[in-house]
Amino acid sequence: MSTRLSQGGRLIDRSAQQGFSFNGKRLKGYAGDTLASALLANDQMLMGRSFKYHRPRGVIASGAEEPNALMNLGAEGKFEPNARATTTPLFDGLEAASQNHFPSLEFDVGALNTHLSRFLPAGFYYKMFIHPRPFWKHIYEPFIRQSAGLGKAPKARDVDTYEHFYAFCDVLIIGGGIAGLQAAKVAADAGLEVMLVEQDPHWGGRAPVDGTGIDGKPAQDWIDTTVAALGDMPNVTLRARCMGAGVYDHGYVLCYERLTDHAPKAAGPRHRLWRVRAKQVVTATGAIERPLSFAGNDIPGVMLAGAVRDYVVNYGVSIGDRTVVVTNNDDAYRTAIALKEAGLEVPAIIDARTGGAGALGDQAKALGIRVETGKAIAKVKGGKRVTGVGICAQAGEGSILEEIACDCVTMSGGWSPVVHLWSHCGGKLIWDDALAMFRPDGDRAPTSHDGNPFVITAGAANGALSDVLADATAQAAEVVSRCGGKTDAAAPTEANTAENAIEPIWLMPQGAAHKLRSKSWLDFQNDVKVSDVQLAAQEGFESVEHAKRYTTLGMATDQGKTSNINGLAILSKELGVDIPQVGTTTFRPPYTPISMGAIAGEARHEIFQPLRKTPMHDWHDANGAHWEPVGHWRRPYCFLRGDETPEKAVHREVLNTREKLGLLDASTLGKIIVKGPDAGKFLDMMYTNMMSNLKPGRCRYGLMCSENGFLSDDGVVARISDDTWLCHTTSGGADRIHAHMEEWLQTEWWDWKVYTANVTEQYAQVAVVGPNARKVLEKLGGMDVSADALSFMGWADGTIGGFDVRVYRISFSGELSYEIAVPANQGRAFWDALLEAGEEFGVMPYGTEALHIMRAEKGFIMIGDETDGTVIPQDLNLHWAISKKKDDFLGKRAQMRSHMADPNRWKLVGLETTDGSVLPDGAYAVGEGTNANGQRNMIGRVTSTYHSPTLGKGIAMGLVHHGPDRMGEVLDFPRVDGTVVKAKIVDPVFYDKEGAKQNV
Amino acid sequence: MLILTCPNCGETKDESELHAHGEAHITRAGPEATDEEMETYLFERVNPKGVHFERWHCSYGCGKWFHAARCTNTLEVFGTYSAQTTEPPKEIIDILDKKRPGWSWRKFGGTAQ
Amino acid sequence: MKRYSAFAIAREAFRYHTGWERAWRSPEPKKKYDAIIVGAGGHGLATAYYLGKNHGIKNVAILEKGWLGGGNTGRNTTIIRSNYLQDPSAAIYEKARSLYEDLSQDLNYNVMFSPRGVIMLAQTEHEVRGYKRTAHANALQGVATEYIDARRVKELCPIMHIEGPRYPVLGGLWQPRGGTARHDAVAWGYARACSDMGMDIIQKCEVTGVRRENGKVVGVDTTKGAIDCDRLGIVVAGHSGVVADMAGFRLPIESVPLQALVSEPIKPCMDVVVMANTVHGYMSQSDKGEMVIGGGTDGHNAYTQRGSFHHIEETVRALIETFPMISRLKMLRQWGGIVDVTGDRSPILSKTPVEGVFINCGWGTGGFKAIPGSGWGFAELMATGHSPLTAEFGLDRFREGRFIDESVAAGVAH
Repeated sequence: MSTRLSQGGRLIDRSAQQGFSFNGKRLKGYAGDTLASALLANDQMLMGRSFKYHRPRGVIASGAEEPNALMNLGAEGKFEPNARATTTPLFDGLEAASQNHFPSLEFDVGALNTHLSRFLPAGFYYKMFIHPRPFWKHIYEPFIRQSAGLGKAPKARDVDTYEHFYAFCDVLIIGGGIAGLQAAKVAADAGLEVMLVEQDPHWGGRAPVDGTGIDGKPAQDWIDTTVAALGDMPNVTLRARCMGAGVYDHGYVLCYERLTDHAPKAAGPRHRLWRVRAKQVVTATGAIERPLSFAGNDIPGVMLAGAVRDYVVNYGVSIGDRTVVVTNNDDAYRTAIALKEAGLEVPAIIDARTGGAGALGDQAKALGIRVETGKAIAKVKGGKRVTGVGICAQAGEGSILEEIACDCVTMSGGWSPVVHLWSHCGGKLIWDDALAMFRPDGDRAPTSHDGNPFVITAGAANGALSDVLADATAQAAEVVSRCGGKTDAAAPTEANTAENAIEPIWLMPQGAAHKLRSKSWLDFQNDVKVSDVQLAAQEGFESVEHAKRYTTLGMATDQGKTSNINGLAILSKELGVDIPQVGTTTFRPPYTPISMGAIAGEARHEIFQPLRKTPMHDWHDANGAHWEPVGHWRRPYCFLRGDETPEKAVHREVLNTREKLGLLDASTLGKIIVKGPDAGKFLDMMYTNMMSNLKPGRCRYGLMCSENGFLSDDGVVARISDDTWLCHTTSGGADRIHAHMEEWLQTEWWDWKVYTANVTEQYAQVAVVGPNARKVLEKLGGMDVSADALSFMGWADGTIGGFDVRVYRISFSGELSYEIAVPANQGRAFWDALLEAGEEFGVMPYGTEALHIMRAEKGFIMIGDETDGTVIPQDLNLHWAISKKKDDFLGKRAQMRSHMADPNRWKLVGLETTDGSVLPDGAYAVGEGTNANGQRNMIGRVTSTYHSPTLGKGIAMGLVHHGPDRMGEVLDFPRVDGTVVKAKIVDPVFYDKEGAKQNV
Repeated sequence: MLILTCPNCGETKDESELHAHGEAHITRAGPEATDEEMETYLFERVNPKGVHFERWHCSYGCGKWFHAARCTNTLEVFGTYSAQTTEPPKEIIDILDKKRPGWSWRKFGGTAQ
Repeated sequence: MKRYSAFAIAREAFRYHTGWERAWRSPEPKKKYDAIIVGAGGHGLATAYYLGKNHGIKNVAILEKGWLGGGNTGRNTTIIRSNYLQDPSAAIYEKARSLYEDLSQDLNYNVMFSPRGVIMLAQTEHEVRGYKRTAHANALQGVATEYIDARRVKELCPIMHIEGPRYPVLGGLWQPRGGTARHDAVAWGYARACSDMGMDIIQKCEVTGVRRENGKVVGVDTTKGAIDCDRLGIVVAGHSGVVADMAGFRLPIESVPLQALVSEPIKPCMDVVVMANTVHGYMSQSDKGEMVIGGGTDGHNAYTQRGSFHHIEETVRALIETFPMISRLKMLRQWGGIVDVTGDRSPILSKTPVEGVFINCGWGTGGFKAIPGSGWGFAELMATGHSPLTAEFGLDRFREGRFIDESVAAGVAH
């Protein structure tokens, strides 16, 4: 059984007991424990179930590479699925539950799959569930889907907050082991701005566990001194619990700091995402140990050698009383020695190498440990826990020579450098035959904006499993030089034990038969075995990407940290090619999963996006505004009174405006000043109309097209003076149109003397609309707004009610209408003044829907309704707004192309249902028959449709084939359900065609 | 996330503070153009895997447009320059000749031509 | 070819699966083929399959620079829908969707088509009108969709928060027979079926030149030597411009990276595919339990299939607004694909200025869902010179200004 030893545990504080629960069971651990070490201390080896076969799973690792020990953590708004127990810090009150089993972890009916496993080889689902077809939908797929997933889906809203930090530095060092610390020291001493991040809460990495000596003292002394020195330097930022998550182009790196995961009751954000821009990045990310492939290597109690050592040394936790060590390299001997020194039994070290180990082997033997060389594990015995191993000759086929009783097996297949961050942005790898590992190829580093390399690796991540500090010093010197600095830093002396070479052992024993291979796991979470990869190769899935996708090797939450290299070694052997020829799959960010909350940062809910407010926004909000998002603005759709429905409110607002007086907050309309000697010439290019001949004091409705000829915006242009025009754009169009103007000015006609300024937010604008519009303005007093002084389509500056105003006599409703601009800071006061003065004239504000209805009654087009990016002005019978006199304007040539000039294009008409009802939004008119693809032939469509309160019936506009020539014809508009609405083609101007109401 | 230096304000900015707007040095076809010329102007793009001349807008900076010579394969930025030119300046051509011997682009420049 | 079935698996189980054949052969190229397809992605393989199945042209080679299905076929978010607005788009995507319905049986390969339904959310009045319009068009195009209200959206997708403070859900366009499929299986299934018809799929074979005589194609040069052919179909997505250049013509195409990501797998919580265009994000849950999330395209041209961060940030932020529960999930992996985008954002399936050379490209962000329909139509075009499915997608449309523009939601309100 696994248990807490009475002594030891460099990272735990035995004076600080922490209570926690697992599957409802109350347990105790210590401060400094991880959830995994605390569970092991409580003899909870079984921590989960695998994905496919629901095999019992124990922890195999002690860090980020852990594939098995995944937990549902916390509850309600702090619930998190798939939390890795090995990197989850223990805290008092932690609640954890295991995943992917029913009804319980100990007894899981899904484990039936393990007995069916021979019927469920790699890719089985591609080959079955095909017939009969209906079974897929009703039986197979629901079954597969129910088996999907690991952790539970969160239900409650996240109660935590998240934040983003930005940082800029010369050198970002990822990994706070001794390599990272040394690299940071060298770079910082050379005067560079340095940021050093470490995913764990403590510094120094594996060195203290491995017993490395530095400068003749224990590694911990050097680590403490170095961290303290770095902490004192003003040019150094140190962040623990902060993982380098992804390296992106041009020195952009994401770091993921877990601020309160270890203390969830603490105030402040849960995670902080650092967005770092570094000139140089050093990945000192260490190495990950590989499992060995032998039958039964997935039984709980079989663990990585380094991890078993970690649990003993760091947490004072013993995995078992009797541990068999199996290895192909010297490093695992350290585990045997550490266990022995902790007073635990090591019945044997099974070394697959015929030569065995070097000095560490001697040391082990001196401690009385039996060492078997040239041997392998034929099979592990046990179900939910290891009970023993059968050993065999590595060179053979697995005949058991001897059985050894044990309750833990610890394995080491060698170490793989953590090359993920090096590879994210294109760093290439080379296969190192001597060390049996892929390591970074320093000559093919990721390159930055200047074409020069910007990532370098140091220490074990660079393949330097020994002489780590020498490598880190050399790599740091290179980085200093790349940053234009100088250093003559020397590496501290590192005591290294001479080791014998690793021997690549990809399968144990080398001649293992199918029966053993089908029980030799590669990917523990996804249940991929040696036999699965071999089947993939047999079936032609020869590319490493094919094999990965076919078998799902390396696609689990650990992304193949422990399985990829073993899998591709099996694949290469099966294909009879060298490992480098098979190559690796692509490493994708993030290094380990990061929370979506951290990715999104602070911007959520109310502050999800910036909100633009007009000066009258708060009044609207306080007076029943039913909001509608329009770009980043919100505009009142209508103003609700009492318990009115929106439909009723809109009806009231339209009638009131037509009969009395309406106010519209038109501040969102874009306003762009265009000024300069060439401004007229420029606007003649921008608009389809002629704007250069507009007289000062007058307004003109203008159309803008893209170079492709399509109508993109419209609005009223006012000529302010000889060299100044003011262009109104659609709401939400101001930024786009301003950018469009600047683009042409800066990139095509840069020698034209024209200046533009977007003054949209500098002015509040109110449309004062209705028969009483003039009365209210006259009551407020000031300038002359009579028809003689200010005629239709004229504008004038002056004062009204003491406000400095610019008044445009324009109308989008067909009523007598003044659009009045005041400086933005007076907008609200002006609005209030209009409401107060307008009371006796029946004033009511109206919203966007009333605006839309009134313009439709008048047959005015609306950008975005009558246009959709495929409509040209000619389609809308706007020929009058297209100048014949101009040689050129944007879109002119495009509109001459054959399809644009085609007389068969659909044209704008009015539509009225024969029964007065409202035509459905977006309905199409059908013609005879079907087209070559069997679709009904369409001859037109509805672009705008409303109930007109003014006329008491449905009105609509639409585009119809030969429409203007077909007045009076009745067309069929099918509803989605197939029933038909009949509508007659009519003139699109439904109301006051003569303009009697606006020209008063 | 790319960084480019705006030649107008001199600031080095994140891609997210800028906007890319496709190929640069496209000659506008006016009202006299043929249908073929119009098609070339509006749609035909070099779209190379390699040296690309392109337009950028310093949209959250100085508001000015500029051009960049950039590799679409390695994302190296060879240089940025004023948008108010019909072809890349000599410094940029020299850099490309040195860094990408054999590069080519439509009608101008390129040691290959 | 040995047929796949549960019985076959049972039979093989008792001999340790030693009897399974290669899913597709790995032949050396012949001297000449009736037709060569460049590009063994989904579209190329489907084209070859229907050339054989529908038109009896089986002396076909499919040449692939890397490994089959290794481009965008294996990098997309696997959504299948046909709720397009314009007639030509609705026709080809609905053809594809309807072929997906029976594809597993047709190919004897389970592509796991899962018609779980697709909702496109309306979060502005403008979108409401746009989707009502699409529903009307779809009814006439034979595409089953309907506009549904917010209450029904919530019923179909209970994890959605429909009353967000910024962009409340107003309704949606619902296509009940849209869904997802297993992307790799589509490529593998077609490849196996093509190989079974005697076609040669030649991987790691890069085309280096297109040989022409008198304005007509006669063959290609490749890294495995010259191969003759009568007809050549170019189906290479992001690299279309490069191959077209070899054949001596240019394309209205730009290549840009598209970003996507998946979460760690969780137990099933979302039975539909949801697309939210106002906030730019879409999400579904795979059969493995991962939340599959699609984001935007990077603004600049690039051929790097790398992930970038700022679009991911925007996408995730937007999705958290609509699906607050994903805030506590973790991103497992992000990646980029290179999509080829045309001037009107619709694909090109067309003859070219070179006789015998045909091009199928420009699928942009929407290619996976179209694979069977694209292959069906393009095969017909290559075999007979005309297909109603591809007729409107010709190269000539750009000269004529005859666009197929699906981005009609791009308009603005007054």
